[in-house]
Amino acid sequence: MKVTVDEDKCCGAGQCVLLAPDVFDQREDDGIVVLLDAAPPEELHAAVREAAAVCPAAAIDVDENA
Amino acid sequence: MSVPSGVVVVGASAAGLATAEALRRKGYRGEVSVVGAEPHLPYDRPPLSKQVLSGAWDPKRARLRTEETLAALRAEFVLGDPAVALDAGSRTVRTASGRVLGGDAVVVATGLRPRTLPGQDGLSGVHVLRTLDDALALRGELKESVRVVVVGEGVLGAEIAATARGLGAEVTMAGPQPAPLAAQLGPMVAELLADLHAERGVALRLGAGVTGLTGQDGRVTGVRLGTGEVLPADVVVVAIGAEPATGWLAGSGLRVADGVVCDSRCRAADGVYAAGDVARWEHATLGSLRLENRTNAVEQALAVADNILGAERHYTPVPYFWTDQFDAKIHVFGLPSATAEVSVVEGDPAGRRFVALYREDGRATGVLGWNMPKQARLHRQELVAAVTPAV
Repeated sequence: MKVTVDEDKCCGAGQCVLLAPDVFDQREDDGIVVLLDAAPPEELHAAVREAAAVCPAAAIDVDENA
Repeated sequence: MSVPSGVVVVGASAAGLATAEALRRKGYRGEVSVVGAEPHLPYDRPPLSKQVLSGAWDPKRARLRTEETLAALRAEFVLGDPAVALDAGSRTVRTASGRVLGGDAVVVATGLRPRTLPGQDGLSGVHVLRTLDDALALRGELKESVRVVVVGEGVLGAEIAATARGLGAEVTMAGPQPAPLAAQLGPMVAELLADLHAERGVALRLGAGVTGLTGQDGRVTGVRLGTGEVLPADVVVVAIGAEPATGWLAGSGLRVADGVVCDSRCRAADGVYAAGDVARWEHATLGSLRLENRTNAVEQALAVADNILGAERHYTPVPYFWTDQFDAKIHVFGLPSATAEVSVVEGDPAGRRFVALYREDGRATGVLGWNMPKQARLHRQELVAAVTPAV
């Protein structure tokens, strides 16, 4: 799995951090997403998929084939 | 309930798409149809009043998925063909073109219809903003020095006013509340919003209801206030709220009362569910709720997908929305209200960077961040205990 984030689309909701704190964080100053792990281990895949689904700005992309 | 052999999702926006995707993610292999009133592939609505309206984004950027991703879903998209009837008993949906779709489960995700002012339909230059086509039509009229009156001082009206002003239009915001979002966020934050809009050159004509429009030769010329005053306008945007799009459910057998009435598992009838703006459901701790926001569209769709597959999951989210107006990025968790006691728990409103906590009867009910998204999200934890039902 390969995760990419679109900082320009990100609205700073932080829903991704609530679901997968080992993979996503937010910048202190403006809340924009920080990708901690672009190739998360398998046990986090379900949480990352859910984070991508609920991102209200559709700013997270998950490539399952990478 | 056994796993259904087919699911019909009515609505092809965030909630409808999320339902179809969640079913597949959870391994559902049956047929999935997604019926959409608009001709467009699923797109995101929050950018319509901001990046799409300003022209910063090409409309394609607001698409929720690429065509390849949608194809991989193995769902049938029936677009540009609104559903016109549902029979809840047989779980059959009929569309405007006469197509009939049946499933063991039906999901109602038809969203909202904007409210309009009397007489607006016969006048050019009057806009609402709900769809991509609405946004593009309005964008075509927003130029420097055009006189725009935004009727509505809620989230959508305030965002449109900010975007139009950013394009150089002469913008006036009108509506009955004393300040933008006053009914939702209370006087402290609403007054800061009023200051922000005024500083950036939006004329605020708040505190008076709008009674109608004036026009000449089929084109709008102004907005009439309850005081009798007329605000001259070249373009008028009507953003006075919206109603759940439930007209097509007349005779369906479903109960409709400001939304499709559902139980705590988002179920409206046996095998019939609702998700997103259109759904009114029983939140185990917050009571009967209907949320008009982007996060709810997806989170509720995930709960619905779980329940279609037999999970019996109660849907108990912490509500969340955000709004961007000029340089203010406001994040709201929980259910703040105009009557709550508001205290600043981080930052400083004077510096336009703070987190406020809303309390009612000594209980935390809402968290609002103004240009402090991460800190607001951390304070959200203070709401979780109040919102999450005891197991």
